[in-house]
Amino acid sequence: MSTPLVTMRDIHKAFGPVKVLEGVDFELLPGEVHALMGENGAGKSTLMKILTGIYAPDSGTVEVDGKAVSITTPADAEKYGIAIIHQELNLIPALSIADNLFLGREIQRFGLLDHRAMTKRALEWLARVGMERLDPTTKIERLSVGQQQMVEIARALGQNARVLIMDEPTAALTEHETNVLFKLIRDLRDQGTGIVYVSHRMEEIFALCDRISILRDGKFVGTRPVPGLAFDEVVKMMVGRTLDARFPTRTPNIGAVRLKVDHVTGGIVQDVSFELHAGEVLGVAGLLGAGRTEMARLLFGLDKLEHGTVTLDGKVITPKSPSEAIHSGFGFVTEDRKAQGLVLDMSLRENVSLPRVPAHAGLIDRPGEKKQTRGLIDALKIRTRDMELDVRALSGGNQQKVVLAKWLALKPRVLILDEPTRGVDVGGKAEIYHIINQLAEQGVAILMISSELPEVLAMSDRILVMHEGRATGLLEAHGATQEAVMTAATGGK
Amino acid sequence: MTLQLNWSRAATLLQRLGSVIGLILLFIVLSVMSPDFLTTGNLLTVLRQVSINALIAFGMTFVILSGGIDLSVGAILALTGAVTAGLMAAGHGIVLAAGAGLLLGLVLGIINGALVSWGKVAPFIATLGTLTLLRGVTLSYTQGSPIPVTNGSFALLGGGYVANLVPLPVIWMFIAFVVCGFLLRGTVFGRHVVAIGGNEEAARLSGVRIAPMKLAIYGLSGLLSAFAGVVLTSRLYSAQATAGAGYELDAIAAVVLGGTSLAGGRGWLFGTLVGALLIGFLNNGLNLLGVSSFYQQIVKGIVILIAVLLDRRQ
Repeated sequence: MSTPLVTMRDIHKAFGPVKVLEGVDFELLPGEVHALMGENGAGKSTLMKILTGIYAPDSGTVEVDGKAVSITTPADAEKYGIAIIHQELNLIPALSIADNLFLGREIQRFGLLDHRAMTKRALEWLARVGMERLDPTTKIERLSVGQQQMVEIARALGQNARVLIMDEPTAALTEHETNVLFKLIRDLRDQGTGIVYVSHRMEEIFALCDRISILRDGKFVGTRPVPGLAFDEVVKMMVGRTLDARFPTRTPNIGAVRLKVDHVTGGIVQDVSFELHAGEVLGVAGLLGAGRTEMARLLFGLDKLEHGTVTLDGKVITPKSPSEAIHSGFGFVTEDRKAQGLVLDMSLRENVSLPRVPAHAGLIDRPGEKKQTRGLIDALKIRTRDMELDVRALSGGNQQKVVLAKWLALKPRVLILDEPTRGVDVGGKAEIYHIINQLAEQGVAILMISSELPEVLAMSDRILVMHEGRATGLLEAHGATQEAVMTAATGGK
Repeated sequence: MTLQLNWSRAATLLQRLGSVIGLILLFIVLSVMSPDFLTTGNLLTVLRQVSINALIAFGMTFVILSGGIDLSVGAILALTGAVTAGLMAAGHGIVLAAGAGLLLGLVLGIINGALVSWGKVAPFIATLGTLTLLRGVTLSYTQGSPIPVTNGSFALLGGGYVANLVPLPVIWMFIAFVVCGFLLRGTVFGRHVVAIGGNEEAARLSGVRIAPMKLAIYGLSGLLSAFAGVVLTSRLYSAQATAGAGYELDAIAAVVLGGTSLAGGRGWLFGTLVGALLIGFLNNGLNLLGVSSFYQQIVKGIVILIAVLLDRRQ
C-alpha cells in the first residue's frame, strides 16, 4: 500500500469550553477521492481548517508523505501541496483569469508585470483542467460559476497541489458543469492527486468517491470503502440512529384551486401557467437558470410582471412589492438564507417577527412577541438555548427553520419554498420535510422549488418542470421518474 | 452550556459598556486633576454644550443603524437656524418661525432619504451633495452676515433654565433621548431601522417597505438637526451662516464612540449619549487643565482611534 499523502491522528480542538474535535483520525491516499461527511456542526470544516493551517490543533499530529509536519499558516499548507477550493469562490471578479491565477505570485520582468509570460502559463494551467478554450484575459465576472470553479482548481494545481479539498463544489453548478467537474476529479485522481470531497449530496458521494470518513459531534465515527456500502449505513453513522424514513409521508388533503397562474411572463420567464390547490405541494424542477426562482420572484412582486394574470382564491392580484404580496397571503422562503432570509446580527425573536411584529399602533407588544416566538420554536423544534441569541450562532438547519418560522407566524395562504433544504444536514432535512407536510395538511398551498430530484419526487403531489423560462412539463409525482423529469428539464420530449 | 451563554452575553455587555467605563474613568481622572471639574456649575455647562451635538447624534444613530450616513446635519442646522431667525426678524411669531424651521429640517431630511432610496445614490455622496448645496443656500439667504434674534422670549428656548439651575437645552436633550430611545426599542419603526441596517435585502423580502422607511429615517435626522439649529440660534441670540460647521463629524464620532457599528445593524442610543458626553467632558477637561487647543485636537483624535480600535469586532 502506498504511503498516505496526509495522515491526521487523534486531532483535538476546542474553542473555549466547546469541544469541536475530539480525537479525530483522517487519512488520504494518493489517487483517491475521499468523502468527508457529517451533519452540520460535526467538525468537518474545523478539521479541514486545521489541515490548511487556518486553525492550530490543540493536540494530535499531522503527517504529509509519512513525515510529521507542522502546518500553522495557509502558506505552510501551500508548501506541502495542500489546497482548498472554497464554497464561496475566492476570485476577484474585476480581474482577468490570468491576474487571478497569479495573484500574489505575479511573474515580473524588470519589476514590471510580465503579462505575456503569465498569459502563456495561464493557458498551460487551464489546459490541465480542460479549460484551454478560455481566454486568460477574460474577466472572472464574465465566467459561469462552474468555469470560475475550474479556474480555482487550475490555480491550486498550478501551485503544485497534490491534496485538493473541495467543499460542496456542486452546490451552484448545473448538471452539465457537475459532469465536467466529476470527469476532472476522476482524471486528477488517476494522476495520483488526493481529493477530499465534502458534501451533503449522497448521490454524488456514492457516484464519485472511493472511501468515506464520517464525523459526528466532533468525534471520528469511521472510514469505509464506498463499494458495497449501503446508503442507510452512512445515514446511521452520521446521525447515530436510523432515520425512520428519509422522506416522511403525508395524508393528502387537497382542496380547491388556491392560486391560478395564467400566461405569466416577465424577465426570462415566458408564458408559464399552472394551478396550485390548497393543501397541495407543487414541486418545481429544472436546471439552474431555468427560471424557477425568477418565476417565484414575479409572484412575490420582486420583479415586474409583463404579461399574464395571477389569481388568488378567485381574486386577480398583481403583486407590485413584497409587502403587497405578503398582504395578499404569500410567503417566500428564499434560496439564500444568509443573504436574503435572515438578519444575522438580530436575535431569533426579532427575525421571526420581521414580516409582522406583534404590535398595537406601532408599539411593539413584547410579551406577545415572546409568546409567538416560543410557540414557533416549539412547533418547529428549533434547537436553541435562548430566543435572544443572534441567529448567526445557529446551525444551518436551525437557521432554515427560523426562516420558515418567519412565514408561519403570518399563516400564509401560499408558501413558496426555494431550495428549502440547501446546506441542511440529513437530520435537519427530515425535520423540514415534516414541517412542509404539516403545513400542507393544514391547507397551505406550497410551491416547492428544488434542484434535488429525489426531494421533488418524494415530497410533491405534482411536479412542474421548467426549461429556459418555460413550463415544459406538469407531471403527477406518483409514478414519475427522475428520467421523465430530467427529459422535460432539458427541453427534450 | 448555560455557562457559555452567560459568558457570551457578559462579553457583549462588557464591549457595550466600554464607552461607559471610559466615561467613568475620564470623570475620575478629571475630578482628581482639576478642582474646578466636579462642580455643579461646570457639569451643567458641559451638559449644555453637549446637548446640541447629542440632539444631532441621536438622529445620526438611526441613520447609521440603518446602514447609512448623514453628512448634511450641520448644514441643515445652519439653514433652519437662519430661516427661523429670519422669519422672526420679518416680524413673525416664535411658534411660526420655529415651526417653519423644524418643518424645513424634516423636509430637507426627507429629500436626503428620497435621494438615497428612490435616487439610489450612496448616502455618503447624497448627503455630501446636500451639505454643499445647503451651505450655499444659507450663505445666499443670510448674505454672509449674522441674523440677530430680535425676540427676547425666543432666547429662553436655548438660554433659559429650569429651577434657575438646569439649562433648558439639557432638558431638551434628555426628552429627545427618551423619545428616540423608545422609538428605537419599543416601536416597529425602530425594529425595521435595525433590520434594514443588518440586511436590507432580507428586510425587503420580509415585506419591510424600504423607501418610506428611509424617508422617515433621514427625515428624523433632519428634524433633530433643525431642532438643534433652533436651540443653538436661541442660545447664541443670532443665526450664522457658518454655524454647525463640522458638526456632522462630532455627531458621527459620538455614535461610533458609543459602540454603534458604522456598517449598520448594531448599536444603541444610550451609547450615543455616552459618546457625546465623552467628547464633551474631554473638551472641558482639556480646557480646565489648560491644554492648548492645538493639542486638544490631537488628544481627541487619539481617543476616538483608541475607542474604535478597542471596540472593533473580532
